[in-house]
Amino acid sequence: MTPLLAAENLVKSFSVSTGWGKPKRFYAVDTVSLSVERGRTLAVVGESGCGKSTVGSLLLRLQDPDSGSIRLDGEDAMALDSNGLRRFRRRVQVVFQDPFASLDPRERIREVLVRPMLLHRLCDRPEALKRAAALMEAVGLSAEQLDRFPHQFSGGQRQRVAIARALSVQPDLIVCDEPVSALDVSVQAQVVNLLQDLQRDTGVAFIFISHDLAVVRHLAHDVAVMYSGRIVEQAPTRELFDNPRHPYTRALLAAAPRVEIQRKSHVLLTGEPPDPTNCIAGCRFAARCPYVQDRCTQEEPPLVPVDAAHLSACFFARTLPQVETLPDTLPGTSASARMAAYRRARDRQTQQAEDI
Amino acid sequence: MTTAPASHSLIRRLVEDSRSAFGMALVSILVLAAVFGPVLSSYAPDAADFMATLAPPSADHFLGTDDLGRDVLSRILSGARVSLLVGVISVGGAVLVGLPIGLVAGYLGGRTDAVLMRCMDVLLAFPGILLALGITAALGASLTNTIIAIAVINTPTIARVTRAQTMLVSSLDYVKANRALGFSNLTIMTRSVLPNALSPVLVQASLLLASSIITESYLSFLGLGVQPPTPTWGSMLRDAISFIDQATWLAWFPGAAIFLTVLGFNIFGDGLRDRLDPRD
Repeated sequence: MTPLLAAENLVKSFSVSTGWGKPKRFYAVDTVSLSVERGRTLAVVGESGCGKSTVGSLLLRLQDPDSGSIRLDGEDAMALDSNGLRRFRRRVQVVFQDPFASLDPRERIREVLVRPMLLHRLCDRPEALKRAAALMEAVGLSAEQLDRFPHQFSGGQRQRVAIARALSVQPDLIVCDEPVSALDVSVQAQVVNLLQDLQRDTGVAFIFISHDLAVVRHLAHDVAVMYSGRIVEQAPTRELFDNPRHPYTRALLAAAPRVEIQRKSHVLLTGEPPDPTNCIAGCRFAARCPYVQDRCTQEEPPLVPVDAAHLSACFFARTLPQVETLPDTLPGTSASARMAAYRRARDRQTQQAEDI
Repeated sequence: MTTAPASHSLIRRLVEDSRSAFGMALVSILVLAAVFGPVLSSYAPDAADFMATLAPPSADHFLGTDDLGRDVLSRILSGARVSLLVGVISVGGAVLVGLPIGLVAGYLGGRTDAVLMRCMDVLLAFPGILLALGITAALGASLTNTIIAIAVINTPTIARVTRAQTMLVSSLDYVKANRALGFSNLTIMTRSVLPNALSPVLVQASLLLASSIITESYLSFLGLGVQPPTPTWGSMLRDAISFIDQATWLAWFPGAAIFLTVLGFNIFGDGLRDRLDPRD
């Protein structure tokens, strides 16, 4: 079966002026391949600046990659005429991070939702108005709020509007670029649950770009971990969280806020990711890797299968020491559970302090 | 909650702010003077009275008379019409040309931006007054050519401000979202970018109105602007120079008219900027 969207060997570089001499190339995305099936969620995780948002914008065809291919249902999305591009745009939608920048402050919500439907000739205006009302209900807002302007909504509500806008053209895939990072924890949970409900009801696929591992674990079917412009590990979510096969993934998991505060791991990273304008030989993670060997600084490890569906770009993926299995009791994103866990941890700390 | 869009109450909010209300009042006086000037004064602006040359302000001539015995008040009132005409049309023309240039350059970027903006830079490279002098010298001195010259020197300013604002707005997520939704560049530019980029441009235009009136007075002062006998504030000032030791009021009153008009437009522009700010 052809995947819904498949990207192969995407490369995107920017030219960086150094002030002196010729500008350097900055490889934001370097040979990234990923694919997502209908009705599934692929999460792309990594630290700030690792290129995950650039991947999103390439997949949305908002930027052109330097090389590589993107296929939507097997059809080459890089060589589309204007009609083809318009069809592509209807099928692939986006939800951005900042709910305060993603809605035009001068446009009523009604127009935000109706105009895309009319643009793609999905229906006539009276029908579009009905659908807009239905969309508002679907994302947990009310049809009466259609007359409002964006500034009359809270951040979480705006994000719901942004989701409704993405859904207005009945897409097959929505690229969610950190859709909950800017929201309060309690609102995050609502929006994540909304996304899950929508996926169940409409069969839409998500590419979920995030640095919040708890959300990713709760929502994604598959996870791709990016580091310095490349994918270093890719696996089904459970497999990745239970059995990480790349030192960077391990460090990322260890750095995630943990409920069990005493079990905070010791493998926290130091240092910075490599300067992406300065191409060094070998593994890009070598400088920060606790398991580094000579070979790592000489040749670059390819992304190869370790298990059936588990890819890792580490020479020692199979032989990495066992890690303590992470507690599977992570309460997902439910706000109340997080709050409860926080209180437990806090109480325990005070108790310890008293014991001493 | 039924809130009217911000623009509906804009005028009310401008009036409620005492500073911008003052600016609006000055501008309104100018407009009224331009429209009703001839009715308000009992003398024709070019009626010479050789029995009363260089008369100081008096009950007969509130602001005195000039060297030919023409009533200074009537001439200032009638000059208001020229000033307003020059200001509004030259700025309007600059917006008409500069705004689309800045919008296209800022939105498309890349080579289009480079070409359009280098053209604007060529105009900006000359000192404005020198460029205006050159244009009026080349085209010949007349009201129309004065307006054209001032419009030309205003155009790059409008284009630059529009471009900067367009670049800012174009990088916002809602513009990207509209691109992802498949809207054409033209639709995005006119429906999403322009309305959100417009307010600094309007403010800049209101400030340019003031500087255009001054430029017109420079040109008239140098004899390259509007030609006699049409009275303009600049040419009145120039004529007054010859008699500055005998009749200072000849320079005072046109100067005061220019000063108050520019002040009015500036304050109005400032108020407009504050009121158009969405955070207001």
